[in-house]
Amino acid sequence: MDIRKAMEERLLFCDGGMGSLLQARGLKPGELPGIWNITHPEALVEIHRAYLEAGADIVTTNTFGADGLKYNGQMGYSVEEVVRAAVRNGREAIRQAGKEAYIALDMGPTGKLLKPLGDLGFEDAVRLFGQVAAIGASEGADLILIETMSDSYEAKAAVLGAKENCSLPVFVTVTFDEKGKLLTGGSPASVVAMLEGLGVDALGMNCGLGPMQMKGILKEILSLSSLPVIVNPNAGLPRSENGKTVYDIDADTFAGLMREIALMGARVVGGCCGTTPEHIRRTVKACQGIEPVPVKQKGRTVVSSFARAVVIDRDPVIIGERINPTGKPKFKQALRDHNLEYILQEGVAQQDHGAHVLDVNVGLPEIDEPSMMEEVVRELQSIIDLPLQIDTSDLAAMERAMRVYNGKPLINSVNGKEESMRGVFPLVKKYGGVVVALALDEGGIPETAEGRLKVAKKIYDRAAEYGIGAEDIVVDALCMTISSDGRGAVTTLEAVRRVRDELGGKTILGVSNISFGLPVRENINAAFFAMALQNGLSAAIINPNSDGMMRVYHSFRALAALDENCGDYIRVYAQEAARKKAAAGSAEGKAAAYLVSARNGQEAGDGQSSADTASALAVSIERGMKEQAVRAVGELLAKRDPLEVINQEMIPALDRVGKGFEAGTIFLPQLLMSAEAAKAAFEIVRESLQASGGEQEKKGEIILATVKGDIHDIGKNIVKVLLENYGYEVLDLGKDVAPEKIVGLAVERRVRLVGLSALMTTTVPSMEETIALLRQKAPWARVMVGGAVLTREYADSMGADSYCRDAMASVNYAEEVFRGK
Amino acid sequence: MDRMKQWLGSGEGFPWDEREILRYLGHRGQEIPENVEQLIGECQRELEQAATARSVCVEYPLAIREHVIDMVFLQTKSRSLEKNLKDCGRILVFGATLGSRVDVLLKRYGQLSVSRAVVLQAASAAMLETYCDYCNEVWREEYQKKGWYMRPRFSPGYGDFPLECQKEIAGALEMNKRIGVTLTDSLLMAPSKSVTAVIGLSRKPKMCSIQGCEACGRTGCEYRR
Repeated sequence: MDIRKAMEERLLFCDGGMGSLLQARGLKPGELPGIWNITHPEALVEIHRAYLEAGADIVTTNTFGADGLKYNGQMGYSVEEVVRAAVRNGREAIRQAGKEAYIALDMGPTGKLLKPLGDLGFEDAVRLFGQVAAIGASEGADLILIETMSDSYEAKAAVLGAKENCSLPVFVTVTFDEKGKLLTGGSPASVVAMLEGLGVDALGMNCGLGPMQMKGILKEILSLSSLPVIVNPNAGLPRSENGKTVYDIDADTFAGLMREIALMGARVVGGCCGTTPEHIRRTVKACQGIEPVPVKQKGRTVVSSFARAVVIDRDPVIIGERINPTGKPKFKQALRDHNLEYILQEGVAQQDHGAHVLDVNVGLPEIDEPSMMEEVVRELQSIIDLPLQIDTSDLAAMERAMRVYNGKPLINSVNGKEESMRGVFPLVKKYGGVVVALALDEGGIPETAEGRLKVAKKIYDRAAEYGIGAEDIVVDALCMTISSDGRGAVTTLEAVRRVRDELGGKTILGVSNISFGLPVRENINAAFFAMALQNGLSAAIINPNSDGMMRVYHSFRALAALDENCGDYIRVYAQEAARKKAAAGSAEGKAAAYLVSARNGQEAGDGQSSADTASALAVSIERGMKEQAVRAVGELLAKRDPLEVINQEMIPALDRVGKGFEAGTIFLPQLLMSAEAAKAAFEIVRESLQASGGEQEKKGEIILATVKGDIHDIGKNIVKVLLENYGYEVLDLGKDVAPEKIVGLAVERRVRLVGLSALMTTTVPSMEETIALLRQKAPWARVMVGGAVLTREYADSMGADSYCRDAMASVNYAEEVFRGK
Repeated sequence: MDRMKQWLGSGEGFPWDEREILRYLGHRGQEIPENVEQLIGECQRELEQAATARSVCVEYPLAIREHVIDMVFLQTKSRSLEKNLKDCGRILVFGATLGSRVDVLLKRYGQLSVSRAVVLQAASAAMLETYCDYCNEVWREEYQKKGWYMRPRFSPGYGDFPLECQKEIAGALEMNKRIGVTLTDSLLMAPSKSVTAVIGLSRKPKMCSIQGCEACGRTGCEYRR
C-alpha cells in the first residue's frame, strides 16, 4: 500500500536513533557512518530489523548526511555505492522481519550553510540532494525523508532535489530549538507555509528537543498544517558524560509522552537521537488503540519569508509598492547601473514604515529581467525578513525568482486568460505561492462587478484543476481610475465586497491607480483605501512611506476592532506626538545649535557672505551628520557651482577627517559616519551636476574584492565608501571572488588599481594566487592589499605593491597611483 | 551572570562590556562624539534582539605523548596548546555562536551603512566573548565541585594550534545539528559570530587568568588587549 494511503488510515511509526547503536557496535568517532552500509551490512540489517520487530512501519536508511560532498570518492566509496547499499540493507531487514514496511531514504543537512550566509550555492545543494534522491529511488526506496533541517532554505533545496529526480512521497521534518525557532530563525508558521507550498506529503519535526519540549510546538504546527504531522523527538535533552552524549528520559517516560503526542494529532511518530528499539516498542504499545485525529484543511491564505509568515485574512496586509521602476527615473537608472544598494534601501525604508510584504518589480525593456529579478530577490531576502511579492509578467523571471525564494511568495499575477493560467499555475503548483488573480480575461476588463466575479470564479476553477486551492488565490478586482470612469471606484468596491461575501475569497488592490490623472492624489487614495478596507479588502499594494495611507491603515484597524486596546495605534502615533514635541527640543535642537555655533566661529575668521552655509556643510561632514549635510549642501548649491562645492568644501572636510584619523584624534566609526554624510551630500551634488549637464571628475576605476574563500567583506566595504567619496569609480566584485574573475575584469577594463582584502590566514594563499595571476595577465595593474591578518612583510612577500593598514592608507595610495596619470 | 541569564530568556539587557567594543573599534582614548555613542547604543539594542546565543560542550579524555595531543577524536601537535594543557587529564571541547540573524544584520548594513556595520561587527565580537566567558564560568563552577580545575580556553588558530582541527572539532560537537554552526571550505565558521575552543581540565588548581586574547602568541596583533 502506498504510504500516503496508509497514513490516512492509521498511525504510522518511524524507527529511532541510529548513531549510538552504531557506536555500540564499534563505529569510531570521526568515522563516516555511511561506509558501514558497505563494510558492516549485517550490523545495519540487525538494527533495522530490531526497529521493525519493535513495531516500526518505516525504516530510515543509514544515509544521514551521505551526499556527494562527503562521499566524493576520497574515502574510497562513492555516494552511489553508499546509498544503494543503505537501501538494500533496509530491504533485507524488511524481508527478514517478514512484515509490510516502508524504506525511507534519509536525507539530512549537507553540513554547509547556504549562500549568502555560508558558501554552498542553492543550486549546488539542489543537485546534491537530487543525486541522492535519484539513486535511492532507483534502488527501491518507498519515500524520501528529509530530516533535521534547521535552515528552511536548505530544506527547500532538498525538496526540489527530491521532487525533480523522483516521484516518491516526500516527508520533511525540521529541528526547532526550545524557543520554537529554527537555528536560522524560522518559525513553525513560516516553515509550514513554505513546505505546504512546495507540496510535500507530510511535515513535522525531529531532533533538538525531547517529546516534552515538542508538545507546545506541536500544538502550533497542528493548528497551522493541512498535512499529516510527523514527530520524532530525541530521548529527552542531551548532556555530556565522559565524552558521550546521554539523554535524560527512559523508554517508558518517552512512550507515555509519545502517546500524548499521538492523541494531540500527530500521525507519524518515532524517535531520534538517544532512542532505541525499546523506546519504539513501548511507544507502539502505548499508542495502541488510539484513533488517529483526522487531518483538517485549514484554508489559510499565507505567505512567508525565511523567518516570518504573513496571513492574508481579515486583518489587512500592507504590500509596499516602491520597488518598481514605473514613473521613477532614479529607480530606472539604478537598475541600468546595477545599483542594488538603491533598491535595498527602498526595501528597508518600506519595512521601517510598516510594510508587511514587499512587491518586487524590476521590469525595464533594456535589462535582462529574469537575471535581475533573481538577483534582487536573493539580495532582498538576505537582508530583509519580510515576505516578497514577485511582480512580473515575464514567466522566466517569475520562475527564477520563485525558485531561489526562501519561503512562500506572493505572485503578481495571473489573469483569466487561458494563456496566463497555463503559464503561471504550474509554477505555483511546483514552488508554492499565493497568486494574485486579476479579474480580466480575453474579453478585457469586465465593466461590472458581476463580470469580474465571473472571471474570478473561472480562475478559482482552473486553479483547482492544477491542484491549487482557493486559499492560494487573492482576487484583484482592479482599480479603474475615476478620472476616466466615474463609476470606477464604485464597481471595484462592489466586486471586493462580493468576492468576500459570495466567493469567500481574499482580495487585493493596487490602490493608487484610482487617482491617476488627478491633483493631490493622496487625498483620493486615502479615502478610497478606507472605503476598500470597509468593503473587506484583504491586502493593499500601496506606498507605506506615505503618511496619509498609513494613517488610514492604523485608524481602520483601531476602528474595526482589529487592534486590541488600540495598542498598535498608540504605539505608532504616541511616538509621533512625542517626536513632534521633542523636535523643537533635544536632538534636532542640539544639532542646530551646534551648526549655529560653528557658523559663528567661522564668521569671526572671515567675512564672506557664503561662509555660513559653507562651514555648515563642512561641519556636518566632519561630524558625520547626514541629514544636516544634505540640507546644507542643498542650500549651498543654490548659490554656488557644484564643482566648487565639491572641491572647496567637501574634499577639504574629508581630508581633515582623514588626517584626524591618521593622527589618531578621531576613530573609525567617526571616519565612516563622515564618509556617509559626504556620500549623501555627493548624491545631491551629482543630481545638480546632471541637471546642468556637467559631471563630477572621475579619477579612475578601481577593482575591490575579498579574495576567494573569504566571506568577510566589511574591510572592503569601508575602503569602497572612502574611495567613492574621493571620486573613484569602484568596481566592487564582492566577497569570495575567484582570481580569474578579478583578473578578467582588470584585463577587460584595463584597470590600473586592484584592492584585495583577506581576513583569515587560511585565505591569504588565494590572495597570493590572485596577485600572481594579475602580474601575468594584467602587468600594468597595481595591487594594494589589506585585512586583519596581513602585515607589511607578508604583503611584500606576496608581491603586493602596497600594504594598506587602514582605509585611509588605501585612499592615499590610490591618490598616489592616479596622480601619476 | 544574572543579567546574562535574563538576556538569554528575554532578549533584553545584555551585560555589555563597553570597553571591549571600543577596543575592537580601534579606540585609543579619543573623544567619543555623541552621535557615535548613540550609534553604539542602537547597535547594542539591535543585537540583543537579533542574536540567539547557543553553545555546545563535550568532555573528552586527554593524553599527551611525545608532543602528540590526543583528545580521542583528534590527534594534533601544537607547542602552545601543549603548554596550555600542562597537567591536564581531560578536556572540554566547546562551540558557541550568536546565530545567523547577526550575519543578516551585518550583511544588511554592510551594504547600506558601513559605519553601522563596523559598530555591529565590534559589538557582536564583544558580545560573543562575553557569552563565552559566561558559559565558561558556568562550567567552571560545575567542574570545580567535582575537583577539576579549568584552564583558559584555547581556540584553533591561536598560536600554533592548527586551524585545520576545526573539522574534527565541528564533527565531535555535531556543531551543525546542535548549534547551527558550519564550516566553509576555507574553514571559516558560518554563522561568522561563532567560536570553538578547547579547555583543559586538571586536578591541580592553577590560578591562571590568561585567556581569550592574551592566551594567543601573536603579540603583534593590532586588536590585542
